[in-house]
Amino acid sequence: MKDLVGIKELSRHEIEEILNTAKAFKEVLQRDIKKVPTLRGKTAINLFFEPSTRTRTSFELAEKRLSLDVLNFSVSTSSVVKGETLYDTLKTIEAYNVDYIVMRHSSSGSARFVAEHTPASVINAGDGTNEHPTQALLDAFSIIEVKGRLDGLKIAIVGDINHSRVARSNLYLLSKFDTQINFVGPPTLLPLEAPDNVKIFYDLKEGIKNADVVMLLRVQLERQKGAYIPSLKEYSHVWGVKKEAFSYLKNDTIIMHPGPMNRGVEISTEIADSSRSIILKQVTNGIATRMAVIYLLTPKEA
Amino acid sequence: MIIKIYNASIVDPFTNKEGIVDIVVDEGIISNVKFKRKIKSITLNLRTSPSILEIDAQGLYVFPGLIDIHTHLREPGYEYKETIRTGTLAAVKGGFTSICCMANTNPVNDNPEVTYYILAKAKEEGSCDVYPIGAITKGLKGDEISDMAMLKEAGCIAFSDDGMPVMNSLIMRRALEYSKAVGAPIISHCEDLNLSEDGVMNEGKLSFYLGLKGIPKASEEVMIARDIILSKNLKTPIHIAHVSTSGSIELIKKAKEDGVFVTAETCPHYFTLTEDAVQNYNTNAKVNPPLRSEKDREAIKEALKYGIIDVIATDHAPHHIDEKKVPFQEALNGISSLETAFALSLNLVHEGILSIRELIEKLTINPSKILKIHKKGIVEGSQADIILVDINKKWTVNKDNFSSLGKNTPFDGWELKGKVLLTVKGKKIFDMRGEN
Repeated sequence: MKDLVGIKELSRHEIEEILNTAKAFKEVLQRDIKKVPTLRGKTAINLFFEPSTRTRTSFELAEKRLSLDVLNFSVSTSSVVKGETLYDTLKTIEAYNVDYIVMRHSSSGSARFVAEHTPASVINAGDGTNEHPTQALLDAFSIIEVKGRLDGLKIAIVGDINHSRVARSNLYLLSKFDTQINFVGPPTLLPLEAPDNVKIFYDLKEGIKNADVVMLLRVQLERQKGAYIPSLKEYSHVWGVKKEAFSYLKNDTIIMHPGPMNRGVEISTEIADSSRSIILKQVTNGIATRMAVIYLLTPKEA
Repeated sequence: MIIKIYNASIVDPFTNKEGIVDIVVDEGIISNVKFKRKIKSITLNLRTSPSILEIDAQGLYVFPGLIDIHTHLREPGYEYKETIRTGTLAAVKGGFTSICCMANTNPVNDNPEVTYYILAKAKEEGSCDVYPIGAITKGLKGDEISDMAMLKEAGCIAFSDDGMPVMNSLIMRRALEYSKAVGAPIISHCEDLNLSEDGVMNEGKLSFYLGLKGIPKASEEVMIARDIILSKNLKTPIHIAHVSTSGSIELIKKAKEDGVFVTAETCPHYFTLTEDAVQNYNTNAKVNPPLRSEKDREAIKEALKYGIIDVIATDHAPHHIDEKKVPFQEALNGISSLETAFALSLNLVHEGILSIRELIEKLTINPSKILKIHKKGIVEGSQADIILVDINKKWTVNKDNFSSLGKNTPFDGWELKGKVLLTVKGKKIFDMRGEN
């Protein structure tokens, strides 16, 4: 496989291979010396057209643990608007002879576009509202770590599904396993027609009470302006997961969040800091998962 | 040059004639149209001088040159996408001998100088008749109506802000009212920009799946409803551009039943493709209005069959490759259509949805009536404006062979059935018989 453009393009078998490899890397990361020489002499570039600290840091650490030479190339959207096309940026980067391109871009489908036009391995670190595949992979890894499996689980994803690449990648990943998926949130942020295998709930309690896993999504502050939600206060009142949820959630339900959280909006402190929350585990697992992805990809010979 | 076409099947909605004919064109004028009972095999005189072209057209059709009510020629201002020279050449190769060019050039065709420029250029370099469409509002901004009477005098035959809807209902009302005095119809690009937001494809399961922002059908339908109501109240004709949804068809059907002066067009891509064509983020299938669902596609075919949609237009929208070689969200809307539109439309005949006569009406007399450009059809003594067509000839679309500068087509590599072999427009002869 040359690229990781999205979960859509992966088979269940390929997902399992990545997750198994990630497990091996997690063991490496627990050793005293956390670096492996596997990709010494190869180069990775982190090409971020949208600001991101967390994802870029996680990728950078993963790349360094694999002994890759790492370049960071941050492009503010405004300078792109002024001139260079994505194609030209890509060709410039190609001229540096890099082997791996980790890209985040505001356009859905841009990762695929780039992958089709370069011999380097492209890893999608988020393209518009389309996919964020490594997030879904690290989420799956984290769920399996706690629950031992994905098959047979009920997963509720709560929040701004329509604008979330995390929700989509998770949907595509979980749909390749025997899972039940609920989308929960205000109708303005959920798809009009439910995708296959998904149930839609406007009522938070109904949507999450039987779930084994509750994934919360960050509410973007600008949604209020677009009239998707009346106010953050109202959102938090109706769809924020607060300590009352402990009264109806199953005892072993785990709470996840891709970060960064808006404490007091989609998630309350009592939930975020509870023993049910595996949010920090997700962050740790991100590194091993991203190492596995890079390790398994093979750039095209130039 | 004298052209003699023998044994052709003629279908001419203008003269209301059908049958087997021999046609002679002498120096650009139709000198003889002879109807005959049956095909008589002939022996072509191979030693004829180079000034005589003889064709045994047995099994072939002769139609009046097609009229496209909706073309983007891009000149002035965007000559890197298309020029009047290349666009009109693409037109005649595709069977169109009269095309109406939209106002969204740079500068916008909102003043007579631009209209004169287009007409002069077309006369100088064009291969077919060019009828400019003036802007409804100055600069296509939707704020003030343009100098419609002066534009009409300069040669504009209709008014449209195509590409941009007139969002303000009051301005649209004024434009419709005013057009009564001008005597040229308003062509409305129906789209509520607030509902479209920054959508890039049809809204539905697929847009969610691809993570692309959807354009709801309501965005088109709401504005069609508005324009029909305005047209009804003002008793002014309105022509609806590029209809793409089944809901729009319901509205137009009802309006026609109520006696509103509404006419409508669709384009070959809306009855040929569905949103599935953008499945792979194919920017060449990105068009506005977007390709819709199978249900809509079926409804459009049905509407063509029952005459709810009057016209097939190309919405020829050439773009430079750099404007399509970008991520889907950023790609410009449009398909380079002139060279595939007629063959795609002939599928409606092959599928038994339309008779040949019905199809040719939607490509000739219907747009001619709406635009009041008074075409006469194939009659002795008039300027030749005919096409010779093999409706069964199979050929493969190759964008690199397009005369249009716009290579943006989702049909590249498609095998189509039906080809224009010869276009005669006055003294200009375009012979495509040697092409595949």
